[in-house]
Amino acid sequence: MKFAIQVNEGPYNHEASVSALNFVRAAVDAGHEIFRVFFYHDGVNNGTRYTTPPQDDINIVNAWSELAEKHSMDLVVCVAAAQRRGIVDEGEQERNGKDGNNIAAGFRISGLGQLIEAGIQSERLVVFGD
Amino acid sequence: MSTLHTVNKSPFDRSSLETCLRLAGKGNAVLLLEDGVYGAMRGSNASGMVETALSDVSIYVLGSDMKARGVDVDKIIDGIKVVDYKGFVDLTVEHDKVNAWL
Repeated sequence: MKFAIQVNEGPYNHEASVSALNFVRAAVDAGHEIFRVFFYHDGVNNGTRYTTPPQDDINIVNAWSELAEKHSMDLVVCVAAAQRRGIVDEGEQERNGKDGNNIAAGFRISGLGQLIEAGIQSERLVVFGD
Repeated sequence: MSTLHTVNKSPFDRSSLETCLRLAGKGNAVLLLEDGVYGAMRGSNASGMVETALSDVSIYVLGSDMKARGVDVDKIIDGIKVVDYKGFVDLTVEHDKVNAWL
């Protein structure tokens, strides 16, 4: 079955990111397809590669990047939420005249239409948040 | 058409479980996760409404989130089923829609 996942919270303000990660892993293990994971609101904080937790801490950003690489998963960060919170890719860096970017591997920045499309294209939309 | 409702808040923190149980249709399912697992405990101020709801809806609780909070299986209301993440995924497949009570 085809799933779309929405994550509304960041890795350090709510359990939602970990719950979403566990759900996505279990769904993939069961042979399901993850059409897209859409990171909205504070959820965009899942997508910055500058996150550096202590060695003995779970690195949620890396966990998403590894999943994306292994299963060619589409991880989309909401552009408006990202701009507010300083999550930047190369395109946004150029567009907004920033001195760098911080998007993590496997993530891309796009619009809310991507969430709508994911909802239409997938058979289930599962939302994780506060 | 059946819906899986997910509730991630303790019934002592917010009213989302109460609202969910009031509005969930007969034959729907409710999954308690994160702090929502406290709603599965026997002998609390909230357990009465949960026990009553069990005659109309199936209620499930996420085992790993129970364990994280020290909620033992023998403290759970009779009739509530413990599932793992694989079971969570299966529930989303079995039901036509998933509604998160955030």
